[in-house]
Amino acid sequence: MGITATKFGALELVNVGRSFGGQAALADLSLTIEAGEFIALLGPSGCGKSTALNCLAGLLPLTHGQVLIDGKRVDVLPAEKRDFGMVFQNYALFPHLSVHKNVAFGLQMRGVPRDEVNKRVTEALMLVKLDAHAKKLPGQLSGGQQQRVAIARAIVLEPRLVLMDEPLSNLDAKLRIEMRSEIRRLHQTLGLTTIYVTHDQEEALSLADRLVVLRDGHVQQIGTPQELHDSPANWHVADFMGYRNLLDVAVDVVNDTTATVSGGGMSLVGTRVGSVAPGESARVAIRPHDLIVGTSATGPNAISGTVIASEYQGREFALEVETDHGQRLHVTAETAPAAGSAVTVTVAPERVLVYPESLTGHGAALAPLPVGAGAS
Amino acid sequence: MSATLEKPADTAAKRSTASLSHRLAERGIDARLWMLLPALVFIVALFIYPFAYGIGLTVQPLDRTVDAWGGGIFANYVQFFNDPFIFDSIWLTMRLALPAALFNVLVSIPLAFKLRGKFRGKRLMSTLLVLPITLGTVLTAQGLLIFAGRQGWLNRFLLDMNLIDQPLQLVNNYLGVMFSLIISGFPFAFLLVSSYLSGIDPSLEAAAKTLGANWRQRFIRVTLPLLAPGLATTFILTFVLAFSVFPSARLVGDPGGSTRVMALMAYRAFGEQQNYSMASTIAIVMGVVELLVIAIVLLGRSFLYKGSTGGKG
Repeated sequence: MGITATKFGALELVNVGRSFGGQAALADLSLTIEAGEFIALLGPSGCGKSTALNCLAGLLPLTHGQVLIDGKRVDVLPAEKRDFGMVFQNYALFPHLSVHKNVAFGLQMRGVPRDEVNKRVTEALMLVKLDAHAKKLPGQLSGGQQQRVAIARAIVLEPRLVLMDEPLSNLDAKLRIEMRSEIRRLHQTLGLTTIYVTHDQEEALSLADRLVVLRDGHVQQIGTPQELHDSPANWHVADFMGYRNLLDVAVDVVNDTTATVSGGGMSLVGTRVGSVAPGESARVAIRPHDLIVGTSATGPNAISGTVIASEYQGREFALEVETDHGQRLHVTAETAPAAGSAVTVTVAPERVLVYPESLTGHGAALAPLPVGAGAS
Repeated sequence: MSATLEKPADTAAKRSTASLSHRLAERGIDARLWMLLPALVFIVALFIYPFAYGIGLTVQPLDRTVDAWGGGIFANYVQFFNDPFIFDSIWLTMRLALPAALFNVLVSIPLAFKLRGKFRGKRLMSTLLVLPITLGTVLTAQGLLIFAGRQGWLNRFLLDMNLIDQPLQLVNNYLGVMFSLIISGFPFAFLLVSSYLSGIDPSLEAAAKTLGANWRQRFIRVTLPLLAPGLATTFILTFVLAFSVFPSARLVGDPGGSTRVMALMAYRAFGEQQNYSMASTIAIVMGVVELLVIAIVLLGRSFLYKGSTGGKG
């Protein structure tokens, strides 16, 4: 394979921040990225993830912090000197240039000889399976093809770092999954270091080696997909990671690792994440998959209720269960009891996560993590 | 409803009226076409008829023209192309209109670029740039005379500051008309170029930046090619505007000499020499020259990329 990533030791973000008119869009982002890593920046819109990417690309100047590659500052370089490849959300292909010329653009800017430009462009287009469309204008391609051109245009430069800004958000669901594995394949074959911005947790979990969850410009948690999936650092991350049942409760008893809470007519034993004290209010997060539908109301964490809606999702059903005290729960089940039928749902205490209600400012909830908070 | 639609035209009379109107409507002929009538009347009465009438006039030369220049009914054209006093006006007009249009378009580009971003005083700046659009040509000419004339503020100021010994000759010559054409033509060019520029997705430039292009490369390789069709259109509009220059050529120009533009010649033939047919001839040739320039620019434009200028291509 001709195209390989330019190697470096480590890329360091040190307290990177960006303010707009006194308003911090991104604050104190510190992260060490090793060559070849795939990092996803994850968060709802307006959380600062695109700001972070634009700052890295050099399209936005930093207001705080530094970006270092092997100890050398890159945040002082203009965007055109950073040797980063960027894939834009709207692709940003040059509409007046053919696919071939779009991909060749960056090489030509670097004064690469014509023969080599042609060779490398052809190679890059073969890599994204678009060699047959080299002569077409971007407007003549489908959305997925345009996205592949944008990726080819970024990777043909063998960049030190590839930045992707929600590259799949304009594609339909089927194409999105196809392109997802395409991106993963390219990343693995070329050994590219990639920073990928998305608001889709599923996308982030399936692609990334490590995830950075942002909220209001502040890092909430950094960790591997598994760490984030199983042990979210606070209820906000849990919410984002698919813990659809967030219940406001009061803390009754606190033990070493567990806590007993009650609220909405339920009493639950759960795993304590972060500091909660008896008498305080807390928030409980439970995944729909961890709620098991049964009929016998015995054992701990058994909740009786009524099915009020069920939705077929292929292979399984998403149920909405209303407890006897009016609390609605999202439950995933393999069979669908008829609406109106009484059921009992149970959940294992280790899958009931009890969080302090406040997010304690920004990102401070990181401290008492059950699992190491990433490599930073 | 009839099922046979192969020969609608000649068998239409035998069919029911509903079917006929239905089939006509499918070809775009229905009652809504009447809405075009006012526009049609307008075009025929105010453009086609006078235009045809004008062409008719050109081939009805005065006896004195035929006597002097020969050529029978084409005597006006013979005179136009053989009388240097008239013929040179093409060149004199071109000498004003082409540089003025070029200047207006070229200067608009960096200004439009600058005013694309956000900064304090942007609104004030664009208002100032566009304001002259509200001034008529006569007002502009009057202003120029007062400001830049021999006894104008500018000359008096420069004389008082001892920067010059003699007043600068800025009006009543080629320069005066050029100033007037720029003052009145620039706002048009600027507005048009600005709107074309704002149609270009800024992420294209950001993409070029991340690909390593410096500002010059970004402009030449990305922005200019996308802007060029708009620039051509802007050039055509400002050129036509400048080519038909008349009041300023008379008021701040040198109407007997260096700014003897075509519109002025036509006006003279009609107003001073009562030669209606010659005036029409000059007007027609004027139109032909403008059409030629427009055709050349459009030909060049046809080689440019004219599709969407958004990021998605």
